[in-house]
Amino acid sequence: MKKIFEKIQVGILAGSSLVTSLTVILIIIFLFSEGIGMFHESQLEEGYVLTVNEANPVTEIDATSIKNIFDQNITNWKQLGGKDEEINLFSIDDLSDFYSDEQVGSDLEYLDTCMNDYVKNHENTLAYFPRKNLPENFHGKEIQVGSISVYNFVKGKDWLPSASPVAQLGVLPLLLGTLWVSLGAILLALPFGLACAIYMAEIAHPSVRKILKPIIELLAGIPSVVYGFFGLIVIVPLIQKLFHLDVGETALAGSIVLGIMALPTIVSIAEDAIRNVPNTMREASLAMGASQWQTIHKVVLPYAKSGILAGIVLGIGRAVGETMAVLMVTGNAANIPHSYLQPVRTIPATIAAELGEASYGGLHFKALFALGCILFLFTMILNIYVQLVLKKKRVK
Amino acid sequence: MNKKALTQQIIFWTFRIMSIMVVIVLFAILYFITIRGAQAISWDFLTKSPEEGMVKGGIFPAIIGTLYLIVGSLIFAFPIGVFSGIYLNEYLKDGKLKSFIQLMTNNLAGVPSIVFGLFGMALFVNRLHFGDSILAGSLTLGLLVLPIIIRTTEESLKSVDDSYRLASYAMGATKLYTIKKVVLPLAFPNVITGIILSIGRVSGETAAILFTVAAYFLPKLPHSIFDQVMALPYHLYVLTTSGTNIEASRPVAYGTAFVLVFIVLVTNVIANLIRNYFNKKYKA
Repeated sequence: MKKIFEKIQVGILAGSSLVTSLTVILIIIFLFSEGIGMFHESQLEEGYVLTVNEANPVTEIDATSIKNIFDQNITNWKQLGGKDEEINLFSIDDLSDFYSDEQVGSDLEYLDTCMNDYVKNHENTLAYFPRKNLPENFHGKEIQVGSISVYNFVKGKDWLPSASPVAQLGVLPLLLGTLWVSLGAILLALPFGLACAIYMAEIAHPSVRKILKPIIELLAGIPSVVYGFFGLIVIVPLIQKLFHLDVGETALAGSIVLGIMALPTIVSIAEDAIRNVPNTMREASLAMGASQWQTIHKVVLPYAKSGILAGIVLGIGRAVGETMAVLMVTGNAANIPHSYLQPVRTIPATIAAELGEASYGGLHFKALFALGCILFLFTMILNIYVQLVLKKKRVK
Repeated sequence: MNKKALTQQIIFWTFRIMSIMVVIVLFAILYFITIRGAQAISWDFLTKSPEEGMVKGGIFPAIIGTLYLIVGSLIFAFPIGVFSGIYLNEYLKDGKLKSFIQLMTNNLAGVPSIVFGLFGMALFVNRLHFGDSILAGSLTLGLLVLPIIIRTTEESLKSVDDSYRLASYAMGATKLYTIKKVVLPLAFPNVITGIILSIGRVSGETAAILFTVAAYFLPKLPHSIFDQVMALPYHLYVLTTSGTNIEASRPVAYGTAFVLVFIVLVTNVIANLIRNYFNKKYKA
């Protein structure tokens, strides 16, 4: 009896140890099942239909062409594989150009009939109106709008998820925004991080190190909103003044704040790597008459190279995934960045800013999960790489 | 002084100055937030609800909300984390399974918090129909801090000398009994540091609670675990970016930031004190 009881307790321990692995697997399942869904979803704005006259041979139009039609770049059905006729665009937004208020009724109660007549009588029309106004015995046919392809998702230059009539979901500006901000952050954090790590591990008196270490840890513990707040009240105005800009919320502000946040990661891992270099290496070098700096430069750092690299990579991972601070200081304009003095928008900031407004289960919602997948994959790969490097080092 | 020594002096001083600059940055952040934040702190600020469009009044509901989330996430993460740490260190032998679990735990630690938010929303809020609630937020935050607790538990168990275990076995105690009565009591102070650090992390975490529990404004306190709550970090975010009157609510924002930094500072100091005390006691 006692033995069974013990077995159960050990079983509980074993079960608990599987929770983290299970969570990672669940994250993958939930993120990807929602994220991949975006590639099966019509790009047309939810709750709306595109219709044409029954005689029109065109049955499907892709999202880019629809945007071009609404922008007047495509004006002839021939360009879409139809007859040589001009496209007569009927959009619900321009309703007053076609029907008077009396004709459609004050609550649009006659819109159904109007649409039916209009589409029936105009062979060259392309009508865009709410699905709820689709008449019951409709004398036209619905146009199928294709879903976005992976290629267009990755290469698309516009992120306009609530654009009408078709959502533009190009991830390129967000991807570049994330890379710019993170790269800037690492370039700023790297010299300071390395200097700090070398100083703490090799140069500083143990008592100085005892003070520095908790300070670095504290820097890691400060919440990201507080960094964002600090960036907003100190760094953003400073950049605005220094560079005479209209707005201080720029990629540079993001890089500086992220740089400070990535510092502790770089310092602590690089310091560990340097301290793990066996003392015999140092002693051998010093015995040869090398100075302390020569020993650090030629012996210690090369030996600790892979560990230091791991710290840098992990710092990049931290910077790429950081949400709130970046959201608060980068200005969040979804443009392809050209300079560090422009507002940019990163992937995590986009998710945080837009998930609240995206309707549950819609295209926009799924697209944000797809962004989450990108983020997850990226940090996962960096993480696994770092652990392999650190492990190899330990085995040695 | 010869050239070699001179170069070394220059380089070492460069490193020293750069390290000092890092320290200055930290103190600049603390200074800005403490100086103006401390002025906003008063008894009313800590015990009253926000008033007049969050320009006046206090942050009481946000403090209570954050407390709920700390307790909620730890109820879940503490036992699982400690059990998991015990199993990894005491039972599992070095091998493929152990390194797989450790790899996954470290991966989970590296997942960005916004991804936790997405996951928590998809699983707890939508699939399990908890809605935006303390329950959903606590579970999400619990998973987020789980790796911290596992790691500190593992490390503190590792630091218990094997002679204690062997002595217990020699007395005829079983393995489980030894862990319960000998190993855990010795390691416990260090296990606590993991929990304290988790408290700091949970109270500052924003992205993970955006879509799982956090409320923009709620004047009343929650009644059940299926209610939404306000939380300190989200409140600070709201005050600085989307409040009704951002300029006028600055003092409240400073005050909120101060409370957050204060929590992190205190948890860090306590964790360090325990660690130092523990290390002295058992490693001497």
